[in-house]
Amino acid sequence: MDASQIIFGLTALLIIFSALRVVTTRNMVHAALWLIVTLLGVTVLYALLQANFLAVVQVVVYVGAIAILFIFAIMLTRREMRDGGPQLNKGWPLAALISLAVFGGLLALLYNAPVSERLAASLEGQDTLGALGQALVSPDAYVLPFEVASVLLLAALIGAVYVALNKKQESDK
Amino acid sequence: MDAALIWEWVIKALFLIFFLLGGFAYLTWYERKALARIQVRYGPNRAGPYGLLQPIADAVKLIFKEELTPSMADKVIFILAPIVTVVPVMLMAATVPWGPPIQLFGRTINMSVADLNVGVLYITSIASIAVYGIVLAGWSSNNKYAILGGLRASAQMVSYELALGLAFVLPILLAGSMRLMDIVTKQAEMGWFVLIQPVGALIFLIATLAEIGRAPFDMPDAEQELSSSYHSEYSGMKFALFFMAEYEKMIVICAIAATLFFGGFLGPGVDKWPWLGPIYLLAKIIVLLFLMIWVRATFPRIRYDRLMALGWKVLLPTALGLVFVTALGILLAEAVNPAMLWIIPLLSLVAGVLAVGVIERALRRKEYARR
Amino acid sequence: MLLEYIAIGVLLFLATAVAAIAIFLGELFGPKRKSDKKAQPYESGMLPIGPGTRRMPVRFYLIAVLFILFDIEIVFFLPWAVVFRQLGLFGLIEMIIFIGILLVGYIYAWKKGALEWE
Repeated sequence: MDASQIIFGLTALLIIFSALRVVTTRNMVHAALWLIVTLLGVTVLYALLQANFLAVVQVVVYVGAIAILFIFAIMLTRREMRDGGPQLNKGWPLAALISLAVFGGLLALLYNAPVSERLAASLEGQDTLGALGQALVSPDAYVLPFEVASVLLLAALIGAVYVALNKKQESDK
Repeated sequence: MDAALIWEWVIKALFLIFFLLGGFAYLTWYERKALARIQVRYGPNRAGPYGLLQPIADAVKLIFKEELTPSMADKVIFILAPIVTVVPVMLMAATVPWGPPIQLFGRTINMSVADLNVGVLYITSIASIAVYGIVLAGWSSNNKYAILGGLRASAQMVSYELALGLAFVLPILLAGSMRLMDIVTKQAEMGWFVLIQPVGALIFLIATLAEIGRAPFDMPDAEQELSSSYHSEYSGMKFALFFMAEYEKMIVICAIAATLFFGGFLGPGVDKWPWLGPIYLLAKIIVLLFLMIWVRATFPRIRYDRLMALGWKVLLPTALGLVFVTALGILLAEAVNPAMLWIIPLLSLVAGVLAVGVIERALRRKEYARR
Repeated sequence: MLLEYIAIGVLLFLATAVAAIAIFLGELFGPKRKSDKKAQPYESGMLPIGPGTRRMPVRFYLIAVLFILFDIEIVFFLPWAVVFRQLGLFGLIEMIIFIGILLVGYIYAWKKGALEWE
């Protein structure tokens, strides 16, 4: 076991623990904060995989923007930040079954996939960032998803403006 | 991984932290002195010669203050918030190169804590974490002013992060790399980027002022309206940490601005004597800091709706336009003639003046219509 | 490259330690004479009225949504900017299409008054 494996193990434990806290804590803001810890843990995993760009983008987009949105949304919707209701609803056995099935499926996939520690080492010294930039706009790689992404962003933007501003008019009446 | 490497990390990290701590202490003195001189006052002059011991007196006072925690406050988050505010600021400085690599004890030592190949994006990502300290401080205090101030401050930071992010794209486009070291070395051959992209540098400086919450964008700590806002309930050392975060952020942001637009550690003679590098960078930081203090002494605070309008309607579209102007200039320089690069400052100045003019008119017309 | 991250990790650890020590020093040396009056939230000298936390305006939420969208756009800009010299005119045109589509949304938000602040 080398240093990176130890770091991986500790980070994975942290991720699992904080993810559990997200669903078990009764304080909504605390749940959002534990979610941020989970997301930061994923950042460390990306960094371990030498995925520099993804690691930093994970922080910029998920921690810096989406989690902020969560916190704003919590403050927007409730006055009391505490949740007093039951923590399980009727469908929980089914949900547990499905998550177990997904977990088993992932495990089976990982056992058969050619993943090894060589994957991370082989990227050393390569210009992954430049390759990513090239692939984003080159016609035989990801140019179509790239342009479609902008349509998706446009739809989200218009939807957000429409929903938020209409809600405001209702509260004015 | 050998012991020398670990020592190198620890020493560099400690050096950075203590530089920022000392810088923070004497920046408060520098600001008070400069503001005083601008307003024809003396400024601190009791503790030590020229008041030089004033920061130490302040620190001692703050250590011996009582720490208050409001009732109903979320205690853990209340203590966590100042730490979450101050730590990202120190992390942000990690990628700034202080000079060319030097040879010491037979090993090459980079003059930055970490020279990441995604350095610029790393800075943006850490800056986006810094918002949390403010939101959490406001929320955990259980104080109306604090939560309002925290929300306002976070909305402001988030809005100006966009213009800031686009301003970061400009040096990357010009240098063709996100590594800060590459950006500096590229400036050695192309000239300082502030000459090629003056409007971009201006947008960067304005957006950073708003990002730090400095005057004239100091809505977050609008003393008169929100009684110093998100840190209303903080006292003693916890308050000192918020204060420290603000001032260290000024230093770090100035270091980043100097690196991206003002040639970083470059200056006459650096090739021959590498120890001149940190001195040049420090000199540039001090000049930029003076600029920030000067702005504070000159401009009144901007109203909150105006502040958001400036970020979303002026800086964001202008910065977007500048990215394309710069890209076009680079293309022309590559295809036609290297001298075509100078089309960038010309076009961007035109674009900047145009954008400000058009949008100013649009804003003003609305003001009249409302009356 | 991994080494650079460990260097940042060392810095993170030391910076957190310094901040924690600062708070600890304050707790250690500061006087502790707690009273109910002192623990009240500050409200300009009045007794606080109602709960400290309240629901906030929907504007903040809208700003956060718009921020995410434009933030993602900027993230797309960065790898493009790094290799722009190799991409040339083709890359510029593609980015103009990408931004052009988003610009429609920006203008829509502006016209709808999503960027106004009352």
